[in-house]
Amino acid sequence: MTTNRLMRLAACAAAALLLAACASTPLEEQPAAPVTDASAGAPGSKPGTADPRAVASVDATSRGLDPLTDPASPLSKRSVYFDFDSFVVKPEFQGTVEAHGKFLVANPGRRVTIEGNADERGSREYNLALGQKRAEAVKSRLRLLGVAESQMETVSFGEEKPVATGADEASWAQNRRADLNYK
Amino acid sequence: MHRLLAHAFALLAALLVLSPATAQLRVEITGVGSNQFPVSVANFRRDGEIPQPVDEIIRADLQRSGRFRMIDPGATPLAETAAVSFAEFKSRGADALVVGSVARLADGRYDLRFRLYDTVKQTQLDALSYVSSAAELRLNAHRIADRIFEKLTGERGVFATRIAYVVQLAKASFELHIADSDGANQQAALRSREPIMSPSWSADGSRLAYVSFETGKPVVYAHTVTTGERRVVANFLGSNSAPSWAPDGKRLAVVLTRDGLSQIYLINVDGSGLQRLTRSAGIDTEPVFSPDGRFIYFTSDRGGGPQIYRMNADGSSVARVTFSGDYNVSPRISPDGRLLAYVGRRGGRFQVHTLDLATNQETALTETALDESPSFAPNGRMLLYATEVGRRGILASVSVDGRVRARLSGPSGDVREPTWGPFIK
Repeated sequence: MTTNRLMRLAACAAAALLLAACASTPLEEQPAAPVTDASAGAPGSKPGTADPRAVASVDATSRGLDPLTDPASPLSKRSVYFDFDSFVVKPEFQGTVEAHGKFLVANPGRRVTIEGNADERGSREYNLALGQKRAEAVKSRLRLLGVAESQMETVSFGEEKPVATGADEASWAQNRRADLNYK
Repeated sequence: MHRLLAHAFALLAALLVLSPATAQLRVEITGVGSNQFPVSVANFRRDGEIPQPVDEIIRADLQRSGRFRMIDPGATPLAETAAVSFAEFKSRGADALVVGSVARLADGRYDLRFRLYDTVKQTQLDALSYVSSAAELRLNAHRIADRIFEKLTGERGVFATRIAYVVQLAKASFELHIADSDGANQQAALRSREPIMSPSWSADGSRLAYVSFETGKPVVYAHTVTTGERRVVANFLGSNSAPSWAPDGKRLAVVLTRDGLSQIYLINVDGSGLQRLTRSAGIDTEPVFSPDGRFIYFTSDRGGGPQIYRMNADGSSVARVTFSGDYNVSPRISPDGRLLAYVGRRGGRFQVHTLDLATNQETALTETALDESPSFAPNGRMLLYATEVGRRGILASVSVDGRVRARLSGPSGDVREPTWGPFIK
């Protein structure tokens, strides 16, 4: 009985993980795949076979945790950084954007505000517009991943709300940023 | 040349040791121009406790303009009633001499008098008396500087005009200030816990438009200075920014993101009559009307990096204006419509430049690295701009020939976005 419950838990956990990971897969393909993969992916989980003394270990520590607040989740990364006077989402941040895209598709009730920022150099108004363009660049990537328009809002703070106040490239680089802020 | 420098430093030293009450006034001359009119402003005779160093205010005004070479008047005060040795001042090199006095009257007001002489022709050019409260003493010193400027250059002085700027005093403390043209006598027109941006004067100087984040996002307001009455001009979905008054004072150009990226719109001051002016796939921002209202200059990245463009006020006939460098922003047009001022990045440094629109001659006016927000004086002879010293934003002025730069020290705090108000009737 205990084993059965544990196994069900394991299957559920694995299914949940996969669901999250495959959220952009068309809906009709989803139900079958995770179940198959779950039993195959959990070692020693096939009932009545092999070593009867085997212990199936299940990690339930992340259960009940909001994946957004789980430090191990790719969703814990909320910032995309940009080059000077650029609004191009660099390859190293595409994983972050994709993780949020999948989460938002899987959770249509969640809404995100994308906040664009700029470093202090140059015009404040141009930087406000540049921050907006950075936020819009992230938004359009999320849209391509299937996130609904109604889930996203963009806003720019330009250079008005810097997180780093130094006058060097390291500080400026931290301020050329778009943040994903969940409501 | 050395003598000039010595005088400049003597003046600087004199200004740095002012009493705490006048410590707002700090002028640093970082360059010395040629073709300047040599003038000597004597120490004014003081009768009673005088709250403002009127003679020093006049000297600093004239010097900051870049049009005058200040000749040492000697330490002896010379009242407007004094018998003046023209030959003595002529031999010191001064072609003009200012003398005067300020006296505290029995009713507590002040009588400020001055006389302006031509030491070559040995004639009086101007003389006047101002009776005022202590609060107006500084303004009257600026008015005297304006009269001297006009008599000696034939052009209108700007010293009695006002400026507006934004100052950040702490992480969540922002103020919109209005101050005298030298940065002194500042008063807060708006205080907010959230950023304030892009103040813009109406042509008659009665109202300021600006961007305030007080509701959590950028919204454009119009603010009547004397009453503090405010109205929302633009509060659409997305961000609302970069207000710029049309010369008629009824409409503003603003930048909205309601249809996607930042684009330029025209809107009535009451928020009605919204009309889109630009349709580009990139950023269009920082619109500013030409003084005759026919054109709008603006910043756009439609060609790649940000450059300055011009269009008709109805949005037609867009043409690129700046071509040197890969980053030119914050256009401002001189009152006569001939010069364009902007911030250009050259070799990693952001500096104030001007472009002669007839000859396409570009001139770099500053040597600092993080300049922002150039703004023409209403007579077109000077520019005010923001720059940085020791990680703190400060205001500076530069003569339009780039030869005389002065530093205005406003309140403590991070000062930015100066904008020079119009002539006051």
